[in-house]
Amino acid sequence: MSASTRIPGLLRATWLLVRKDLLLEWRTRARANALFFFALATLLLFSFALGPDTTILRRAAGGTLWLAILLASVLALGESFRVEQENAALDGLRLAPADPQALFLAKALANGMLLLLLGVAILPVLGALAGLTLAPRIVMTLPVLTFPLSGLGAMALVLVLGCLAIAAPGTIYAAIASNARARDVLLPLLLFPLLIPALVAAAKATSLALEGDPMLQFGSWLGLLASFDLIYWSLGFALFPLVVED
Amino acid sequence: MVLSVLALLLLVSGAWLGLAWAPPEREMGDVQRIMYVHLPAVWMGLLGVTLNFICSVVYLLPPLHLGKLIGPLRVLDELDADALAEASAEVGLFFGTLGLLLGSIWGRPTWGVFWTWDPRLTSMAILLVAYAGYLALRRFVDDAERRAAWSAVVGIIIAVDIPIIWFSVRWWNSLHQVQSSPKTVDPAMVLVLRWNAIAFLLLWLVFLSSRYVIAKSRRERELAPPALASEGAR
Repeated sequence: MSASTRIPGLLRATWLLVRKDLLLEWRTRARANALFFFALATLLLFSFALGPDTTILRRAAGGTLWLAILLASVLALGESFRVEQENAALDGLRLAPADPQALFLAKALANGMLLLLLGVAILPVLGALAGLTLAPRIVMTLPVLTFPLSGLGAMALVLVLGCLAIAAPGTIYAAIASNARARDVLLPLLLFPLLIPALVAAAKATSLALEGDPMLQFGSWLGLLASFDLIYWSLGFALFPLVVED
Repeated sequence: MVLSVLALLLLVSGAWLGLAWAPPEREMGDVQRIMYVHLPAVWMGLLGVTLNFICSVVYLLPPLHLGKLIGPLRVLDELDADALAEASAEVGLFFGTLGLLLGSIWGRPTWGVFWTWDPRLTSMAILLVAYAGYLALRRFVDDAERRAAWSAVVGIIIAVDIPIIWFSVRWWNSLHQVQSSPKTVDPAMVLVLRWNAIAFLLLWLVFLSSRYVIAKSRRERELAPPALASEGAR
């Protein structure tokens, strides 16, 4: 038996699937482009809805950023499973000798990365629209140690954790919704109530990273976001096989 | 049938107790009387969603065969976990919404507003929207087996989120009245509250059992093999 017929382990299977998704995406870049312009349009809508006074927009910047990412994520997540509907690709994946958990990790990671890229792309735009500046120094207070972060570092941390928070439950729900009727309304209907704690934490932490954190709350909000991520990535890992099995 | 009659009796007597017999509250006066229905409604809502979580977990586990351990528990083995999950979600949603509305009505004369963003209200509202989504999912999936599996997964995910929502909103804001324990509340009021709570529990059981029977028979009809064409032709 040659080496190429070995059944891949979890990490290798995950890596292969992530690579497949990213490669598909890179070849057309259609989804990434559409997401970027959709998020941009959302930011403009928020700016118009909140009024020409940039002080209001600046104070609401944290929430606005995350609402734009969240609304765009519905498109991203829906699309990530729509590609598997063509030519019964999902059945092909199921029959392949890899754990369904690898499929979950791969999809969730790919979606998370795409959302992160989106967040990084629209943050400067929001910065320009609302006249934002990053806080010079944020003190991160963890249970065992305290260390300073730059505003940029804090912002990066929030973006990573927040996008991961959307990606995990979003991937499960996208897998379910892609096979149900009214899939375009079912995904946001299921996802939005669930993500409220993550949204609250991410929006608050973003505001702190932008405006400064005199009361040292940043660590707590990030802790909430990290706990949310841990719980939902674990839960997703355990429950996803039940969703894609027949 | 007996349960329905009993529930009706307790509800009617509970209403009389709450509206006429119980003493008026020291600070809020007669407005406080809505508590006698608001609290039991909320409790029944939470009971419904808790049962839904348990049924979702039970559905996904391999069959427990409790009847083999203790004879009388055989009746639990025959329960259709998915049908019970559907019934408890719907009944829980009904009572939860009722409780939230009653609380809102109470809030207007006492706090001056129909709504505030305190942890309990906000968590309850999110919970209700989440379970409405759960019921929508059930409606949008045609295949019975998939519907059961996916609902169970979603039910678990939502239930795990409830404490997280609670904590996050508490950090975000807080205002709800401090919970009175029976020690600080007039014994007459406690009696009326407990009377009404039992009345609501019986009503909840009546609704749950009817809804369960409906859900179970629908599921059986869906999973039953189709009637043979030759039977009709003959």
